[in-house]
Amino acid sequence: MHIRNLLLATVAVAGLAGAAQAENTLKWGANRDIGSLDPYSYGDSFTINVLNHVYEGLVRYNKDLKIEPALATSWEILEDNVTWRFKLREGVTFHNGNPFTADDVVASLTRVSDDASPLKGNLPAYVSSKAVDDLTVDITLNGTYPLLLNDLTNIHIFDKEWMTEHDALKPTDIGAGVEGYATYNANGTGPFSVESRQPDAKTVFVKNPGWWDTPQHNLDRIELLPVTSAATRVAALLSGEINFTNDAPVQDLPRLEAAPNVSVLEGVDLRTVMIGFPFRDKLTTGADNPFKDVKAREALYKAIDLDLIHQKVMRGKSRIAGATVAPPIPGYAPELDTVPGFDPEAAKALLAEVGVPEGLEFEFNCLSDGLVNEEQFCQAIASMWSRIGLKPKLDVAPRAVQTPKRTGGKTDIYILGWATLPMLDAYSPLLQIFHTKEGNSGVFNWGDWSFPELDKLVDAAGSELDLDKRIALETEALGIVKKEHIMVPLHQQPMAWAVTDEVSEMPLFPDNKPRLWFAQVNPGS
Amino acid sequence: MSDTATHDRSALDAPAAPTRPSRLERLRDSDLWYSFRSHPSAIFAAVLLGLVALTAFLAPLITPQNPYDLAALELWNAEIPPIWNAEGQWPYLLGTDTQGRDILSAILYGSRISLIIGSCSVLVALAVGLSLGLVAGYVGGWVDNVIMRVGDVLLSMPFILIAILITAIAAASLPPSLKDVLAAPILIFAIAVPSWVQYARTVRASAMVEARKEYVQAARLIRVKAWRIMLHHILPNCMTPIMVAATLNFGLAILSEATLSFLGVGMPPDQPSLGTLIRIGNQYLFSGLWWIVVFPSIQLCLIVLSVNMIGDWLRDALNPKLR
Amino acid sequence: MIAFLLKRAANAAFVMLAVALLAFVIFRFFGDPVEMMVNEQATQADRAELRERLGLNDGLVTQYTRFVTNAVQGDFGISYRNQQDVMVLIKERFPATLELVLVATVISLVVGIPLGVITAVHRNSRLANVLQLGSIVGVSLPSFVVGILLILAFSVSLGWLPGFGRGETVNIGWWSTGFLTPSGRAALILPSISLSTFQVTLVMRLVRAEMLETLRTDYVKFARARGVPTARVQWRHALRNCLMPVITLTGMQIGNLIAFALVTETVFQWPGMGMLFIQAVTFVDIPVMAAYLMIVSFIFVALNTAVDITYAWVDPRLRDDTARAGGANG
Repeated sequence: MHIRNLLLATVAVAGLAGAAQAENTLKWGANRDIGSLDPYSYGDSFTINVLNHVYEGLVRYNKDLKIEPALATSWEILEDNVTWRFKLREGVTFHNGNPFTADDVVASLTRVSDDASPLKGNLPAYVSSKAVDDLTVDITLNGTYPLLLNDLTNIHIFDKEWMTEHDALKPTDIGAGVEGYATYNANGTGPFSVESRQPDAKTVFVKNPGWWDTPQHNLDRIELLPVTSAATRVAALLSGEINFTNDAPVQDLPRLEAAPNVSVLEGVDLRTVMIGFPFRDKLTTGADNPFKDVKAREALYKAIDLDLIHQKVMRGKSRIAGATVAPPIPGYAPELDTVPGFDPEAAKALLAEVGVPEGLEFEFNCLSDGLVNEEQFCQAIASMWSRIGLKPKLDVAPRAVQTPKRTGGKTDIYILGWATLPMLDAYSPLLQIFHTKEGNSGVFNWGDWSFPELDKLVDAAGSELDLDKRIALETEALGIVKKEHIMVPLHQQPMAWAVTDEVSEMPLFPDNKPRLWFAQVNPGS
Repeated sequence: MSDTATHDRSALDAPAAPTRPSRLERLRDSDLWYSFRSHPSAIFAAVLLGLVALTAFLAPLITPQNPYDLAALELWNAEIPPIWNAEGQWPYLLGTDTQGRDILSAILYGSRISLIIGSCSVLVALAVGLSLGLVAGYVGGWVDNVIMRVGDVLLSMPFILIAILITAIAAASLPPSLKDVLAAPILIFAIAVPSWVQYARTVRASAMVEARKEYVQAARLIRVKAWRIMLHHILPNCMTPIMVAATLNFGLAILSEATLSFLGVGMPPDQPSLGTLIRIGNQYLFSGLWWIVVFPSIQLCLIVLSVNMIGDWLRDALNPKLR
Repeated sequence: MIAFLLKRAANAAFVMLAVALLAFVIFRFFGDPVEMMVNEQATQADRAELRERLGLNDGLVTQYTRFVTNAVQGDFGISYRNQQDVMVLIKERFPATLELVLVATVISLVVGIPLGVITAVHRNSRLANVLQLGSIVGVSLPSFVVGILLILAFSVSLGWLPGFGRGETVNIGWWSTGFLTPSGRAALILPSISLSTFQVTLVMRLVRAEMLETLRTDYVKFARARGVPTARVQWRHALRNCLMPVITLTGMQIGNLIAFALVTETVFQWPGMGMLFIQAVTFVDIPVMAAYLMIVSFIFVALNTAVDITYAWVDPRLRDDTARAGGANG
């Protein structure tokens, strides 16, 4: 009898769940799951993007990707030029009802800049912060720094009491052998709160009725459903099991467009796909490294038929790039955006000039879970390089496997995509990729290059508060990248989202991040 | 499992048993041939397998393209449909994949890999299983115990799990330059490791029975070398179940290789086996590029089907109960 | 009987210790855990400190003992990828896999047994030959191909059934079940068919072989001679006689099905243990790999031991001398 009652009870629960379906639900089929509910313990753009629905920063990007006030209402730089004073929004509460105060900001900044935090690199200039009063915070930097607001867009604010209560004041430390409370639980100020989470299966967000801002969305519920296989995602969209995906495979767009109930949203991502070269003395094979010579790098560049990759692999949806940042990014200049013609003969001649031996072997490191069709264009590039007499060893594996090899200098040539997120400024790749590796600079300088004149320009831009002067410095630095072929750009990758006709409003952003607080669905979906 | 060599020795003074003439073997062989001729499905399967093997091993001579040579791939020729389609192009009979790889060439080369990995892993497992089984059954004692315990442990983990773990660990710890070269040997090893135990157990049981028989004891008495006793007397007597098992395992090994490659821990994308082709093609299932996944699947099923039909017939033919 | 039980238990424990050793070796020597844990900006000092804290500088025997002690208590550490307790991760996925395996098992019995009986009873008829051929095709089709075809046909072309995930689930305690919602039940259909293809043919072939032997026995011939209706003899008496081996096989195959479910789960994006494992393999998430290996092997060994013990209980001859001397009677 007992069991029978229990069953009846659960059936009733199931009935309720069925009723919940009648609400406005966005069923989001993503190509992967978020790594954690803790944005500070998992430094990756997608996780931060999704959790931005739950947690908010002091400032945020608006629909035009311009910075606007969020949890802070105004800010000023104090006279010492290194301290920024933020006035905080009044009357904001966290999902658990706690009021939002300056102490929360200080605790959050302390947490994110902790030594164990994978996100500390996202706040490179931060030194300390203190609460001036309940709604005023001072943030001290290590020098004059123009991009603090850009950085703060992605620094989510936690509730201090909640963190203290659950021993989560520090980011999760795997080494300690215990999971962090914030990995499974979330408490932010954002437009949605987390209702439930089953990793790799489903994470449910529900509307936060007490949100401080006026909602522009009409969603009651967001279900994040990771569907890693592209084909399955397409099938799920066609059959209506999901009504939104932020990753519609480019090869399936014609079919999706042909379907009566599906619309495709297409655009070009800000993410620039680049090839990186090693500047070490030896290749991983032990042979002398010819790629230290700019002519060898140029040869490899000229051997790539960019147009063919654009047409066949990217299906005409990418934008062939000559510059290492996309046009909308401050620092971009049209004169940098030129590509060399595809010329395998010239490439061979250059290789001969440098004295690259026929059949030189080197590793070519690509990700299987990285950029749009990365495995395919890597194979195509490897094939093009084989045709000028080289022997690239294609090494395709997931990010988790490749990253240690890349950071440890255990590979030769590699592919890297950079969207300048969250900064949306050319300073981001200049500092993190092209600068010499030292301290917080050159963290992604995996080829171990060093160009002192470039470093000087980047350092100068990093403390230049005048916008025009800063951008000029950045453009000049990008010119050196271009001239030296430190990394060579291939394309800005396409982005394609798709929605079923249940979704009436879904703005597409060039940083490829869904911001569902702008989304609308037809009532009852 | 508790039987040891001490039991064997105690059987020294057992009553005489008639020795088996090796002519019997030949007679059975001819029986086998008769049974084969009267089984159309067995003939069909053998012809099919022969054809597959022949085309696979002649692949470098008869295919229009070497699908493993990166320099031979031309991206302009990517995604051509099969020849009977209006947009089909000679010589790409079954069309091309997303890299401009000729599907027919890739299938034949892929079948070659499947057959090689399948047969080598069975041979390795046989060699290891037979020798360890013989040693365990004949020598007995702690040697027997150690071998059989190792076998127990292997059998207590699902087959596919062991194979995945071996390939995954190899992939994670080998430098990429060796990964290409070693991909096939690793798969052979990964499939052979969990499957030798079956042979070892069969041979061991048979060796323990045979070792008690008079002719073996006699051979021991006249100091004929131990390995000769084993090879000439014990082995032929347990060949029947081993042959059936080996044939069926051959089919299983091909399936395992395809499964591992499908899961992404087998052959790399620039040396595709049938499983790799299906994995790649699966991503394009809804883009209209059905030929990348369909033809390799058909070929894979045909190979395994013909092997299994032969194995099935062999089991029935060698099993006196069912005749 | 007690001595026999103890012996089998000791045997199982030995096997599990060996599996644990293997898991430990994988855990300790492949994919340096420190490299996987630190972030890109970590210094050499950070790494050394973490190494010490993880106890990686202790003696190997100490480390192995700690690994086994922790494993027995269900503590396999923290996943490198999800930063979550591995045991919690596996516990969350376990219901999904087990429900899939159970439904596949039921399908294999419900379909396999009648087909086996038909092929045995109507031996050499056209129907039996077709079924026989079908069974060979069944074992020859790779399960991932079956899965892809099912999705293509029923999910994409016809749109009848979902092709991924579990649908809505309901929690009963920590157990999440898909049986209680329509979408949960619909989501089970395709994956369980795909997983059961091989098993169906296995059951069918076993039943056929057993039936052929039983039908030859005297009591069946005798019953027929006495005028008991043929169908009744075949479907009731003869079949009952072959069920024991079928049940044994089914029991032992459950472990295999759990392992093989990882292929089905990958194809159908089924959020079970197998998908967790495959993801762990691609991310070199060693704690999850080690835990999965241990848990699946444990289920495997436990089932095999249980089957052995049941057999010994049913048939005392299978116990060895000491057990017989103990004079067990039950």
